[in-house]
Amino acid sequence: MVAPKRFSIRRKRICKFCAEKISYIDFKDGKLLSHFIPERGKILPRRISGVCSIHQRLLAEAIKRARHLAIIPFVAD
Amino acid sequence: MRVYEVVFVAAPTLSIEELEAFITNMQAVIEGRNGKLLKIDNWGKKSLAYKIGKFREAYYVVLSLEGDGAIIAELERRFRVTDYIVRFLSVRIDEDTKRSEKLKTVRQRKSSTKGTPEPQVNIEPEAAPAEQPM
Repeated sequence: MVAPKRFSIRRKRICKFCAEKISYIDFKDGKLLSHFIPERGKILPRRISGVCSIHQRLLAEAIKRARHLAIIPFVAD
Repeated sequence: MRVYEVVFVAAPTLSIEELEAFITNMQAVIEGRNGKLLKIDNWGKKSLAYKIGKFREAYYVVLSLEGDGAIIAELERRFRVTDYIVRFLSVRIDEDTKRSEKLKTVRQRKSSTKGTPEPQVNIEPEAAPAEQPM
């Protein structure tokens, strides 16, 4: 990853779920959830993904449910 | 009546017929207790994100049903006593879907009233006195 140039490029924070008007995050949708779990398998923090707090909470819940069902991993091997 | 989504993960050693038989069995349980099975979503064999026991893949089945908590309790009891069910999860979804429906209508109303300039007029007089002490 290239270090971002400070002050010059400041990406506007857009919550993906707000933009797409998703109000329920489905835990069965592994493809969607995989965008928010980096290689290590942790839940991507909000400061990086730009997801709003409401959706981050829903997302975290969905990820935890999906982990239980082995749809997405707890940790990367 | 509440709406639930019940997902269960069955061992890959099961034959398709056995799985079908199990699903119809569950269907009988639901309907025997005044529940309504809305949808059966069989994903088939899917690879697991991590090993469960000695399995690398498993069958996934999603049951959408309408009923009360007693049905869920009975279904979960059966999942627990059945050897080839390796994971299960029941989630109540009617409240979430209701909320998202509500948000949708609110959004629609907002977007339809967007064209009227009225709210902006109201804000301006309030902002003006604050600047005067400067």
